[in-house]
Amino acid sequence: MSDAALITPLRAAHAPGPTPLLPLAVRDLTLRFGDTTVLDSVSFDLSPGGCTMIMGPNGAGKSLLLKLLHGLMAPTSGRIDWGGHSAHAATPRQALVFQKPVLLRRSVAANIDFVLKARRKDRARRDALLEHVGLAHKTRQPARLLSGGEAQRLALARALATDPEVLLLDEPTASLDPASILAIETIVAEARARGTRIICVTHDLGQARRMADEVVFLHRGRVAEQARAVDFFPQPRSAAARNYLDGRIVV
Amino acid sequence: MGEALGLAIGLVLSGDADLAEIVGLSLRVSLTATGLACLIGLPIGALVAIGRFPGRSAVLVLMNALMGLPPVVVGLLVYLQLSRSGPLGFLGLLYTPTAMIVAQTILIAPIVAALSRQVLEDLHVEYAEQFRSLCLTTTQTVQALIWDARYSLLTVGLAGFGRAVAEVGAVIIVGGNIDHLTRVMTTAIALETSKGELALALALGMILLVIALVVNGAVQTIRMSAVRQAHV
Repeated sequence: MSDAALITPLRAAHAPGPTPLLPLAVRDLTLRFGDTTVLDSVSFDLSPGGCTMIMGPNGAGKSLLLKLLHGLMAPTSGRIDWGGHSAHAATPRQALVFQKPVLLRRSVAANIDFVLKARRKDRARRDALLEHVGLAHKTRQPARLLSGGEAQRLALARALATDPEVLLLDEPTASLDPASILAIETIVAEARARGTRIICVTHDLGQARRMADEVVFLHRGRVAEQARAVDFFPQPRSAAARNYLDGRIVV
Repeated sequence: MGEALGLAIGLVLSGDADLAEIVGLSLRVSLTATGLACLIGLPIGALVAIGRFPGRSAVLVLMNALMGLPPVVVGLLVYLQLSRSGPLGFLGLLYTPTAMIVAQTILIAPIVAALSRQVLEDLHVEYAEQFRSLCLTTTQTVQALIWDARYSLLTVGLAGFGRAVAEVGAVIIVGGNIDHLTRVMTTAIALETSKGELALALALGMILLVIALVVNGAVQTIRMSAVRQAHV
């Protein structure tokens, strides 16, 4: 049975917060390390709903932008406004799934229990979450013995356990096999269908075409282009995005 | 020497009551002190591991320096506090097992704190971003780190116990080596050797070695099991 076939729909959806987390407004966001500017006056807006893919060549600043949006790093200058409020630290209404999942030295079930307990969520949801990501049969297995795809699905289940309004994904399928990619995309698509806003960094053009409603294309630390997916893929406006989509080497 | 060794083995095998009493008190004092030192040292180690505050480097130097506290100095300091003229003299604890526990706790708490700080800081480097992303409180972070590092921390506890059960300087000052009251293995060995009674000293020495082997073996078994289950 494929990984995707193991996945079952999840009924629980996030409860809306006191004020909506979206729209997101990023204004003149700059990040410097010493003399090196890695993000340079980045500005864009995201509206509620859907999936935005952040794309660009290596070193464009995609993952750092995601960490800034989540409040894991502080910008050198600029503003990030979630729902009209300036954000400086991670909020429990967002969840971030890292490229390399950081799993606790515990069983699969205990990794979910940990988050449910920390967030004072219903512990009974654990089995449904694990079933949702196709890991119900590995409940008692040590999390660190999972394969790459299973580990990423567990990280996703842990993120979904927090009922996030915004799910941030940092190349969640990098180095995974096609079956695992399909499984993870299915889980993310279901979260999106339940109303979770998806913001995903990816290098995978196929994945971007399959999942994106909108693309923010970064090049050399700046927003080269922001466009609807239906416009971006057939007719990118920026030269950098055109070259990238054509498979030319963009640095 | 050979005769003394034979007598020592005979004492051990016969289940000598005095020997059992001394061994029992040694274990009670050192295990209690280790438990208390862990209760004090682990949270301190964890907070220093995850905390970033002015003077942290100085705290690290101090913690590491305190690992080398001379037992006789600890014994003397505790003696000064608990003696009749000392600030805690009214408690009447001098020359009691409690005083020995206090001295050993002071001796090994810095060891537990310094070693656990290193273990937990290494783990925190790995977990830090994930925990911040999950918006965990400091208490939740410390609890999670201690739980996930539990097998490595067992070794830290063992190091503390080893130091406690083998030290003689502090317990002889605050305990007084009183027969049937505060005599533990190390003080008894010192006393019996000075009296030329090598049989009991050797018997206690053998038991000390066996205890060290058993405790190390148990911890090693637990750690190997944890490694097999990818919990380390």
